[in-house]
Amino acid sequence: MDDSLNLVLFSGTDDKLQAAAVLAAGAAALGKPVNVFLQYWALDAFRADRIGADHGLAPEAGATGRAAVDGLRAAGQASWAETLRQAKELGGVDIEACSLSMDLLHLDQSDLDPLVDGVEGVTAFYLNAGAGQVVFI
Amino acid sequence: MTLQILQHVDARGLSCPMPIVKTAQAIRTVASGALIEVLATDPGSVKDFGAWSRTTGHELIEQSADGGVFRFVLRRK
Repeated sequence: MDDSLNLVLFSGTDDKLQAAAVLAAGAAALGKPVNVFLQYWALDAFRADRIGADHGLAPEAGATGRAAVDGLRAAGQASWAETLRQAKELGGVDIEACSLSMDLLHLDQSDLDPLVDGVEGVTAFYLNAGAGQVVFI
Repeated sequence: MTLQILQHVDARGLSCPMPIVKTAQAIRTVASGALIEVLATDPGSVKDFGAWSRTTGHELIEQSADGGVFRFVLRRK
């Protein structure tokens, strides 16, 4: 769809996933269709047994960034997974695992959190994206 | 005239984008034309609620700030 937001998530650290979840939830609240395509380490973070684990931060965060992120969380900020759950409740948010990354990580859909709707290839992702903007994180 | 508010959203303490997400969820539970009231402390919410109202068509009919708490009243499209 032309007014859709299409997020390609590659990085699997909590800060980047949080930023992506905020973009997804904001777009969903505006009624925009949101397609999320999970690749590599972002996909790994959606494993059912580890989705709530500490996935670390991008290297540039450093110790100060770590403390800032922990402070926001302690103040009650919703996790990225919870933010995505709320966004999905609004409807229009589809989260798909990249089939190549599934092979890379030896994953089956049953290994993934129920937030993930399915598995698809890049062609299906582009078809759903249409003329909408594509953001890589 | 006193405005009849049908639904209240307490988003105080929630960070962006949760005040908007909670409001988008709540406004669906009321009929077209009904009013909902939102309280938020996220400083971004002032611009966010204006933008959300313009984009979605739900009218922002009241807006105020009191001691770091922002109050919005919206009418469902």
